[in-house]
Amino acid sequence: MTRFSAWSVFRNGLKGQSGWDRQWRDPQPKAEYDVVIVGGGLHGLATAYYLAKNHGQKNIAVVEKGWLGGGNGGRNTTIVRSNYFMRGNRQFYEHSLKLWEDLSHDLNYNVMFSQRSHISLLHSPAAIDGAARRYNTMRLTGTDAEIWDLNTLKANVPHLNYSADARFPIMGAAVQKRAGTARHDAVAWGYARAADALGVDILQNCEVTGTTREDGRITAIETSRGRIGAKKVGFAVAGNTSRLWQMAGFSTLPIESHKLQAFVSEPLKPLLDQVVVFGVGGAHFYISQSDKGGMVFGGDLDWYKSYAQRGNLPIVQDVAECAVSILPCLGRVRLLRHWSGVMDMSMDGAPFICKTPLPNLYLNAGWNYGGFKASPASGWYFADLIANDRPHNVISNFTLDRFERGINIDERGAGPDPKLHG
Amino acid sequence: MIRINCPFCGERDHSEFGYGGDGSIEYPPLDASAEAWTQAVFERENIRGVQTESWQHVSGCRQWLLVERDTMTHEIHSVRAAHSGVAAVVEKEQQS
Repeated sequence: MTRFSAWSVFRNGLKGQSGWDRQWRDPQPKAEYDVVIVGGGLHGLATAYYLAKNHGQKNIAVVEKGWLGGGNGGRNTTIVRSNYFMRGNRQFYEHSLKLWEDLSHDLNYNVMFSQRSHISLLHSPAAIDGAARRYNTMRLTGTDAEIWDLNTLKANVPHLNYSADARFPIMGAAVQKRAGTARHDAVAWGYARAADALGVDILQNCEVTGTTREDGRITAIETSRGRIGAKKVGFAVAGNTSRLWQMAGFSTLPIESHKLQAFVSEPLKPLLDQVVVFGVGGAHFYISQSDKGGMVFGGDLDWYKSYAQRGNLPIVQDVAECAVSILPCLGRVRLLRHWSGVMDMSMDGAPFICKTPLPNLYLNAGWNYGGFKASPASGWYFADLIANDRPHNVISNFTLDRFERGINIDERGAGPDPKLHG
Repeated sequence: MIRINCPFCGERDHSEFGYGGDGSIEYPPLDASAEAWTQAVFERENIRGVQTESWQHVSGCRQWLLVERDTMTHEIHSVRAAHSGVAAVVEKEQQS
């Protein structure tokens, strides 16, 4: 595999781009692997990469029912941030952001990570006080955070709707400057390429149809490409976790599958340099501009449980209303595409990276809205869990039994209603 | 848009309704064990296929309904009032 460098790009430019190899192999499944990761999304690929890189595991497979980047890895709004408040979340997402900051170098693949600031608009003195409390707490554990007054905000983002008679006049903003966006497909491809270079077998079009259990252990998975033996198995299939969980012989999980839509407009000239979030009352909206110029944005869930990867029209209207109320200049912009992904919405809005009742089966699930930004740390800690067979201190509460123990990580304080954890 | 045939108001857009979630949950007695309550409040089968779920017609009659809906195709198989007494009265009216 050719290593990417300024020199290799220059040399291939002279050779008509003919010197590039496949970015990763397309191997046949072996009879058995030391570790099989089910799910070739960002979390599964990152897990395989860190298992090989940090823990020296050699014999790893990632099985994916479709193609890389075809699930939620390619269906998000690419926002990366670590402005979380609850203990556990704060340390986890800050670690993830630190991994993002070095990811392109680490993978030798440009994931186009752009630390362009994440700006949450504030609409009342109480909201500013609340954000100040939250952001001061973040600063205690080393996450950057600022509160901007209205003049600072206007100087930085001049074309928001600042009119005094807006339904929710803007009074200031909570800002994380190290937050930003990344190119989501490149993250999948970068992790796949780097994992493959360390010997990981990436098996696409390989759907899991069942599992084999012997003596209280999982010994193999049945797939559309045959039976694959496994000494350890990790599930990382957010969206369809419950189905896979039932294939492994279990029944319920504190998870419901809901779908979330995302939108991209026709390309525009540079308009918005930051990620802007509008969330007050019933509104929920986040927007950034891609490097190609498209406005990338999204809003709430579709409000009912669904496994269908397609969105409904009331949310299209809701998101469009939010868009023009906060950025009236978008009123005549045409929508280019819109799509939907299936989320594991957990009962408190926090994820699971934990052991299961089977000693050699590990679970990575429940990512709600937040899976994209979490993917590097998710892979890092899941690999650590699988390799060492014990949870790292940082993820020690990302367990399935936290509800019974009363240690929910409810960042939004919304209670046990999965659709509310946006 | 999903269309839900409310037994009181007729067929309406789903945007008139609030979504309650899994309608098959049976809550245990108040003095049941913590495990039983954890199971009812937090644990879900999360069916891909036909499941019974509760919807409230918030912009209409405000009745809670039990809807059998496919969570993959969104096809609705049946709608009835959630309250068994109300459902019995509606059924009787429809038969007479």
